Formats: sequence, C-alpha cells, structure tokens
Amino acid sequence: MKKKKGKSKNLISLMVDDVTYQTLPNKMHTSRKPYKPINPNVIVSFMPGNIQKVFVRKGQEVKEGDELCILEAMKMKNVIVAPADGVVKKLNIKEGDMVAKNHPLVELK
Amino acid sequence: MSIKQKTLDLKKRMQNALQGGGAKAIEKQVAMGKMTARERIISLLDPNSFHEYDLFVEHAAKDFDMDKKHLPGDGVITGTGTIHGYPVCIYAQDFTVAGGSLGLMHARKIGKIMDHAMNLKIPIIGINDSGGARIQEGVNSLAGYGEIFYRNTQASGVIPQISVILGPCAGGAVYSPALTDFVFVVDKISKMFITGPEVIRSVLGEEISMEALGGARVHSEITGNAHFFSESETECFQKIKKLVSYIPWSNKHKAVAFPKKAPKTRQYKIDNIIPTDPREPYDVRDVIRSISDDSDFFEVQELFAANMVIGFGRMNGQTVGFVANQPLVLAGVLDVDSSDKAARFIRYCDAFNIPLVTLVDLPGYLPGIDQEHAGVIRHGAKILYSYSEATVPKVTVILRKAYGGGYIAMCSRHLKADFVFAWPTAEIAVMGPEGAANIIFRSEIMNSPNPEETRQKKVDEYKKKFANPYVAAAHGYIDAVIEPGETRKFLLHALEISAEKSEQGPYKKHGIPPF
Repeated sequence: MKKKKGKSKNLISLMVDDVTYQTLPNKMHTSRKPYKPINPNVIVSFMPGNIQKVFVRKGQEVKEGDELCILEAMKMKNVIVAPADGVVKKLNIKEGDMVAKNHPLVELK
Repeated sequence: MSIKQKTLDLKKRMQNALQGGGAKAIEKQVAMGKMTARERIISLLDPNSFHEYDLFVEHAAKDFDMDKKHLPGDGVITGTGTIHGYPVCIYAQDFTVAGGSLGLMHARKIGKIMDHAMNLKIPIIGINDSGGARIQEGVNSLAGYGEIFYRNTQASGVIPQISVILGPCAGGAVYSPALTDFVFVVDKISKMFITGPEVIRSVLGEEISMEALGGARVHSEITGNAHFFSESETECFQKIKKLVSYIPWSNKHKAVAFPKKAPKTRQYKIDNIIPTDPREPYDVRDVIRSISDDSDFFEVQELFAANMVIGFGRMNGQTVGFVANQPLVLAGVLDVDSSDKAARFIRYCDAFNIPLVTLVDLPGYLPGIDQEHAGVIRHGAKILYSYSEATVPKVTVILRKAYGGGYIAMCSRHLKADFVFAWPTAEIAVMGPEGAANIIFRSEIMNSPNPEETRQKKVDEYKKKFANPYVAAAHGYIDAVIEPGETRKFLLHALEISAEKSEQGPYKKHGIPPF
C-alpha cells in the first residue's frame, strides 16, 4: 500500500454541510472562475464576431427594442437591441471592430 | 492466362494496394511519430490473425479531377482478427492516402465492417487518423459520416464499440468516437475538435494550439471525451487488449471468466486503509484492490473527475464494474462531471451484463454557484437514473460517510440495490453531524450562555446517536453490518447467488434519461 501521499502540501480544505474535509483538488475545481453578477445595463456580445454597423451615439436616448448595432457572427447578421429604455452612457465599439464573447458593447443608464 | 499468371497478377495488384499512399507519405507519417494504419492493426491483433477485406475498393468521384486520382483502398483498411483469441472487427483510416479523408466508398467500407460486427455480434474497433471530410466528394462525404453515426447508434449497447484516436479527428468525424463506448487517446498524437485552431483564429481572433484545444490530455482531464490516456501507441494497444479481456463480445454474453485469484492482502490490508475520522482522505482504489481478484483494477477515465473512481476488476474470475467515491479528491463529492462519468459507466455495465459493485464514502453533492449553474441538478439526476434503471446484480458497500442525497444516489436500497452492506465505520445520516446539529439545535445553541460549548455538545450528541450504520440497519435499509475483513466474502456470495438475476421493468419504448 502506498503511504498517504501528498498529505502535507497538496491537500485543500473543502467544506460541505459545515464539515471541513482534507482532500486534493481536481482540474475542474482549480480552474473555476469566480461568479460575476450580471449587470442588466451592460449589453455584451453573446458570441464573438464583427461589428458591422452601429446605430447609436453616446448620450443618445433609446427605447426598448431600438436597434443598437449589428454583430456579424457565424455567418449571421445579428441585430442587437436595447433591452430597456435608457440613455447610451458608454459606447465601447465602432464599425469594423472584432469583439470577443462577453465584450461590453453598449452601456445604458 | 494460366492460373499461375492470374495469381501473379493478383499478387501484383495486392502489392500496389498495400503500399497505401506510397513511400513518401509513409515517411511523413513515421516522421510524425506515428505507425502506419496496417502496422497499427497488426500490432493490436493476435499475430497472423488479421484478414483484410475490400482491399480493391476504389472511389467513384468525378468532380475536381478526382477521376484521375487513384486512392488505394480509398484510405481505410478493414478486416477481422482476434485479440487474446476473441474475435473482433476492425478498421483503420490510412492517413497516407489522401490524408485519410472520408469519401463515400471509404465510409461504405467502414459501414460494411460495422454491419459484419453487428451480424456476428462481436466488438468493433475503429482507429481514427483522418483529415476529415473529402471536400471534393461534397455531400456524399457527409452522407458517409451520417451512415456511420447511424450504425454507431444502432450498435450501442449491442456490441462493444472501441474508438482509437491516432491522429487528427476533426469536425463531424469526432461524433463517431463520441457515440462509441470507449475512446483511447495518445499524448501528442490524438487531436479532436469540432472547429480547429485556424477557424477559431479567423472567426474569433483567439489563438490556441491544436494540443491545447483538443489534445489527448485535454480530452482525458477536462472534457471527459476520452477514457484511456497513453504515452505511446504501443502502450495504447496494450490497454485496448486489456480492456477487451474484461468485456463480453456482445450484450447476449457474459464476459469470459478468468481463473479465480485471491487479492494480494499483504500489500493491500483492508483494515488499515480507512482513517476513522471521516474528514481524513485515503485512496479508495486501495480498498478496491484489497477485495478484487489478484488486486487487479483497470481504471476507466482515471484523469477525469477523479473524485469518482470507475473501472473493471474481477471477483472469482467474473468481471465486475466498480463505482466508488474517491475521498482523496474533492472529498469524493458528487458534482456535474463525476455524476456524468459514473452514470455512463453504470449504463455500460448494465447493457453488457457486468455486475456493479459500489463503494460509498461521500459527503454529498458539491456546493457552489458554478455547480448549480452548470446544471448539477440535471447531471446529478443521471446517476439516480442509471442506478435505478440497471437490472444487473447491484451490490453496495458503505465504507464511511453516506450523507443526504449522496447516500440515496450511490446505489442505495431505495434504488433497488440487491444487497447493501455497511462497515461499522459507516455514518448513514441526512447530513454531516456538524451541519445537522447546527440546524436541529439552532435556538438552543443561540440562546445558550456559551454557544460554542453547547454546539460541540450537541454535535457530539448527534454523532453518538446517528453517525453510525445501526439506525439505517434498524429500518432494514442495510442488509448486514460487516467487518471490513469480511467484505470480499460477502461480495463473492452476493454476486454468486445473484448471477442468474433477471428483472423486468415496465414496458417502454425507451426512457427519457436527463441527458
């Protein structure tokens, strides 16, 4: 039988139902990212792609359903619309930009 | 022509076909550290057992000057042979011929050998090494993939299907291995992905290497797509041969029995493995080795979700599937990946008449936002579904902790385990003593002049009363509380008397498992 390996250095404490266990982490556990709450005023790209057109300016008033920009992704022109009434507080994109997934496109207030 | 001349002509034709993509392409294949397709088949099968079919099959494509191209065997080698004397059907894509690309006739050859395997009820082994669809053949190439996927699905649970990834396997091609039972990968050689690094770079602007995107390690540790990781092709073939020895030829058979052998009890002392403090870790594989024949345990998905251990061993010469929580990793909790891993293995064993031995020691399901959002409800349900659905003999041993939902999920009496045994160290309760005492005695603890002291007292009280196997035993949920040293004896008897178990569930076309 192998002696209890890694007893000293690699063990982590894991709490389940108020009990703390001494155990090794696995890949899923070590690579998880902390949770960030979703801010409904920041409109992010749901997919990486190319900003083909921008319809709004900074400071412009928008109504729910107004078109903000076109995100071309996966051979589809996706129209990004305002989820609620508001004013464009910040515009993080210009036409021709390549954006990653979850890139903040427009911030409303 | 005389017979002699005709035979000479045949030999010449064969010689041409056997050259595959020619000396230059073979040189390239070797330079990549890979064996050729034919070498692979020969090293995997018993000596002189390989018989090749469809050597003279050729493609019939015309577009893009394809009619001027001659592709020997259309880039895939198919045939039958034996492994340890067991019959198998096999195919290997030949990367030296048009990059192993899949055209219609290539796919038809694969389909034909799969049909053989189904008709003969013997395992099928597929060696994948292909650049993907043969673009020149257009929709015919897609048709070829579709016909293979359909056959994979029909064969699922009927005959064992083994996939070996020894080169690229990209795009739609990955779905044939994904539909099969076991996927073997080799470090630095296997590459699997739906969209490759180039597409990702051009569409998304993200840089990643093939290895980091879909190399052998990625699929063994992160995605769970692969079941067996090897450092070399030779090691990989040894593992395939070993796997074949544990599994039956088809769902109509039991696995071939081996001579009985006692465990190496001097090396694996069952009484000394488990620390009595339920918070201390140990390697549950030592417990498996202390009870299995010859202390043999062939682990499946060793590197993926290591908080759950699954694999094959033998009890009195008969193959069994072991499922065990691993307290050494993440305290052995159930989570998204470990539930998924165990559930599929349980269904595999059930489909192929392999009895299940479950060893339980877990604190419950893993808490966390990431787990809840990743769908631990849906994935966790898979393990309940698989155990409840399985009709092979199911024997459970509770080693230490069995708390809450984890207790129910790990093949409890309530999911119709045939036998449930518990060690005297077992703690079968709705949750750990600390958590339970904090809830039940909350007001008493809060209103006490010395809350910490009262809390500890209540925890001790709860432990004494509930942290044992006797409450569950009093309800008949445990069949016997046994000494650790008697585990093998009880297991052997339980498996022996349930060997002819036959259970018929209600009529249904098929269930709707929480995929």
